[in-house]
Amino acid sequence: MRKLIEGSMAVSESVRLCRPHVIAAYPITPQTHIVEFLSQMVADGDLKSEFINVESEFGAASVVLGASAVGARAYSATTSQGLLLMSEVIYNIAGMRLPLVITIANRSVSAPISIWNDHSDVVVLRDSGLITLFAENAQELMDIHPQAYKIAENPEVSLPVSVNMDGFILTHAFEPVEMLDQKFVDEFLPPFEPVHKLDVENPITMGLLAEPTWYMETRYKLKETMEDAIPIIENVAEEFKEKTGRWFGGLIDTYRMEDAEIAIVGMGSLIGTLKDVVDTLRAKGEKVGVLKIRSFRPFPKEKIREICSEINQLVVFDKSYSLGLGTILQEELRACFYRQKHQPLVSGFVVGLGGRDIPPQSIIDCYNETKGKEILDEFVDINEEAVGRR
Amino acid sequence: MKELRLHGRGGQGVVTAAELVAQAAFADGKYALAFPSFGSERMGAPVQSFVRISDHPIRARNQIYAPDYLIVQDPTLIGTIDVTAGLKADGLMIIDTEKDPGKLKLETRAKVLTIPATKIALEIIGRPIQNTTLLGYFAAVTHLISFEGVKKAIGNRFPIAVAQKNIAAVERAFSLAREVAHV
Repeated sequence: MRKLIEGSMAVSESVRLCRPHVIAAYPITPQTHIVEFLSQMVADGDLKSEFINVESEFGAASVVLGASAVGARAYSATTSQGLLLMSEVIYNIAGMRLPLVITIANRSVSAPISIWNDHSDVVVLRDSGLITLFAENAQELMDIHPQAYKIAENPEVSLPVSVNMDGFILTHAFEPVEMLDQKFVDEFLPPFEPVHKLDVENPITMGLLAEPTWYMETRYKLKETMEDAIPIIENVAEEFKEKTGRWFGGLIDTYRMEDAEIAIVGMGSLIGTLKDVVDTLRAKGEKVGVLKIRSFRPFPKEKIREICSEINQLVVFDKSYSLGLGTILQEELRACFYRQKHQPLVSGFVVGLGGRDIPPQSIIDCYNETKGKEILDEFVDINEEAVGRR
Repeated sequence: MKELRLHGRGGQGVVTAAELVAQAAFADGKYALAFPSFGSERMGAPVQSFVRISDHPIRARNQIYAPDYLIVQDPTLIGTIDVTAGLKADGLMIIDTEKDPGKLKLETRAKVLTIPATKIALEIIGRPIQNTTLLGYFAAVTHLISFEGVKKAIGNRFPIAVAQKNIAAVERAFSLAREVAHV
């Protein structure tokens, strides 16, 4: 059945169908609707979960950590400052190898305070062991949560997965969604079988002290697992496609890339706008396509090299910036091609920080400006007079 | 694809109006995307919302800069912010006011229609919530969304008693639109 629903409702409905045993979340704009819908579902008896009210995001993350440790399927959602407050716990969740799903309604980070969208929040956790997936629209949000649990709970993975959605742009937008049903999700996502769990009959300990003789080994195993997750993310998306016919990519997705010479690259809701831009440019004879990075962690280097084997240039649009370094996605893509036989040009533009709108014409202007030459660190559509740009 | 931008103030249901237009279009079998552009979310602050309607799936996520249609829920916004910015010359603007379009200082070549939506809402709904009356008028003059679609959208969105009053306001807007058409 198709319905026109808000992105936050697509998330909540999808999470409901995944039957989490425990939900703990602290409301924060623009994630709030997700938490409101889920708590309403629990209150109405439509979702049989323990909804645990907490005093902060640190508490929320700690509750889902504990829940997963005893073998429960656990869920949380947050954004921005809330995610930063969770960050210490998320490193622990990953280090303890606890699978769970967190939806992040991506928002900028203070100061100054901004409630609006960019990717500054989640990129902070890029080294934490959190599998990081980006969804492009409400349909993908409906489809991706069962996939996220299936990836997280795979015994070869057993790690937390974040589903990233652009704050307001996706959380507050109404659009048509083909709904999943309980029967399908129950078949696609079997009950959670933890690799290890806290059990008084069979006592174990988690997250204990690792002296210098052991700590490096635990990090090595996490590194290996992140690599092992690469084919699993792809396979889970393939299985979902086989059963529903819907495909938003596995590790990546492509649009009109078949004979493309230039790839425009982005993550999240920007992909929709980029597809329209590519249609416009193609109509003018440009050989250009879209490369969507769906899995930011693990970062699918091999897959990207393979897809870009005939590409002369990548034009990367980042919604975050690593102060003192450069645009993050662009830097990682550039590193992908270092010392490879095929080395395309890589340009990097900063767009949409703190909710700055991204009109298609701005993307087209960047494309025209950078075609054939590398441009880096360009902050698109900023008030040049205000910043006195050098 | 047709694009609509709505202007109003926090508390006037500008975001709900966009949602209802999208729901009506969806009920008519079209694709629709409705989204807000919140300022800081407080009563009385200028608020915009956006709707795209198409026969094909909609991908663009950017705000609407060159709308085909404009709905202004609060005439005091005129002069405060540039409400007509980008409105297509062959576009249409609907404003909630008891004044004639000529009395409003508008910089646009587009067609401008006015309707005393707040007055109608006070009379029929009993509260100064003008959004459903305006979108009824919008449906009647543009034919972009159907009366049945609007009715369905309102019926699904509100409790029965509230929905009935709002639908009555939409009906009044439709009959006003017919009168205008006959002038």
